[in-house]
Amino acid sequence: MKFSTLKRHFKEGARNTWRNSWMTIASIGAVTTTLILVGVFLVVILNLNHIANKLEEDVQIKALIELTAEQTDVDQLEADIKAIPKVDTVEFLTKEEELENLIESMGEQGQAWTLYEQDNPLNDAFVVQTTDPLDTEDVASQIEQMENIKSVNFGQDYVDKLFTFNQYARNVGLVLIFALVFTAIFLISNTIKITILARKKEIGIMKLVGATNSFIRWPFFVEGMILGILGSILPILIILIGYYYLERSGVTIQQFNFVQILPFNPFAFQIAGIIVGIGVCIGVWGSLMSVRKFLKV
Amino acid sequence: MIEMQDVFMTYPNGVVALNGISVKINQAEFVYIVGHSGAGKSTFTKLMFREEVPMKGKITVNDQDISKLKWKDVPYFRRNIGVVYQDFRLLPKLTVYENIAFALEVIEETPKNIRKRVMKVLDQVGLKNKARFIPDELSGGEQQRVAIARAIVNRPSILIADEPTGNLDPDTSWEIMRILEEINSGGTTIVMATHSKEIVNTVRKRVIAMEDGIIVRDEHRGEYGYEI
Repeated sequence: MKFSTLKRHFKEGARNTWRNSWMTIASIGAVTTTLILVGVFLVVILNLNHIANKLEEDVQIKALIELTAEQTDVDQLEADIKAIPKVDTVEFLTKEEELENLIESMGEQGQAWTLYEQDNPLNDAFVVQTTDPLDTEDVASQIEQMENIKSVNFGQDYVDKLFTFNQYARNVGLVLIFALVFTAIFLISNTIKITILARKKEIGIMKLVGATNSFIRWPFFVEGMILGILGSILPILIILIGYYYLERSGVTIQQFNFVQILPFNPFAFQIAGIIVGIGVCIGVWGSLMSVRKFLKV
Repeated sequence: MIEMQDVFMTYPNGVVALNGISVKINQAEFVYIVGHSGAGKSTFTKLMFREEVPMKGKITVNDQDISKLKWKDVPYFRRNIGVVYQDFRLLPKLTVYENIAFALEVIEETPKNIRKRVMKVLDQVGLKNKARFIPDELSGGEQQRVAIARAIVNRPSILIADEPTGNLDPDTSWEIMRILEEINSGGTTIVMATHSKEIVNTVRKRVIAMEDGIIVRDEHRGEYGYEI
């Protein structure tokens, strides 16, 4: 295509967008709403996923050792656990260290536990980490069957729940977003249909003098693209500003072991990119849908 | 050259427009198509321009079998044919110059060539001084001259005119006929559907008369032959 032709298409497309200002505003509104929801949804889902993954990395098996176990038994146990192929690291934790951790993690209330420093009721334990977090459950049950192990616990339950919730949220979100995306496409295609109706005579003359379909289609394609881009401006601002303050406020969720949300840079910009991309796709799709049937002359 | 062999055309609503037509029109000929409304004149011109596709039969235009033309090739085929209608079909918001240039922009001619050719064709139809006017500021005859200029700016080998003088008064009609004859003398084939007995009987050319979808008469230097 010649440059002068391309310039003409962009001029035409921009002029159409301007000419039907009311419909343009309506479609931009639809795209904006859709994209804000898409953006928020992406931020939430990706962060939940990130947190779940982080937590899963941290999933440890804590194997409590019977109080009756001798030092030789403990050594034997350590060797046995290390012998399991899927085990990555094994760390011995004395009951004194454990009590210390407990007191620390409970803050003010933990002070009460200092009383137990004289007569520590806790057990010594091994903290075991597997190479692949998915093997945690398997390894845990193997350790549980060993002699001199009082009990085994690990946070897998918790992580599983998070993943299930995440899955559920994702499905509901996707259905919602698809519905919104189609509404936006429908509105855009209607907007552009009005432009086309207004230009039916012109299109007829274009066909008369031998314009190709792609030549006729281009301005509408540009119009759809403009609608998509204009519709993504507000959502991007909301995401960028919102996420900036969210991250700066230092939100960490206690229950999630103080895992940080994804860093503003590059995460927020990636989301912005995705939003523009979806906006342009919606716009272009909507426009091409409405032009199609007008071209068979 | 245009050739139709045994062409049948029925519209989706069941109306039979052409009922077996065979005709041959040579390059540089000037042909009138006459007949009552509904006789098939318009369908005849639409088929040549590939606005309609025949149900049956073969249509060859410039050695190209257009009944088999693919959709994507139609625009390129049309670039070799100019069309003029009774209602001019100009874009009201564009100037005379822009209306004609539009036909060249659409086929992606360079801006430099567009300027050159539009000015030349405006000269040919005698509207060089009206280039900046919009269609509403022109008389009917002038508007039709703009439409003709647009149709020939691409130098087509065939010009189809569907009732070009239908909306014009007699004096203006003669002016249009003079321009068409001039274009014809340059080697362009002209196929003109018309109701004007006066024109057909004065500017004597080949006459193809149609009735109920068939050709009933085909004479060189013929007459209109109908009472109005």
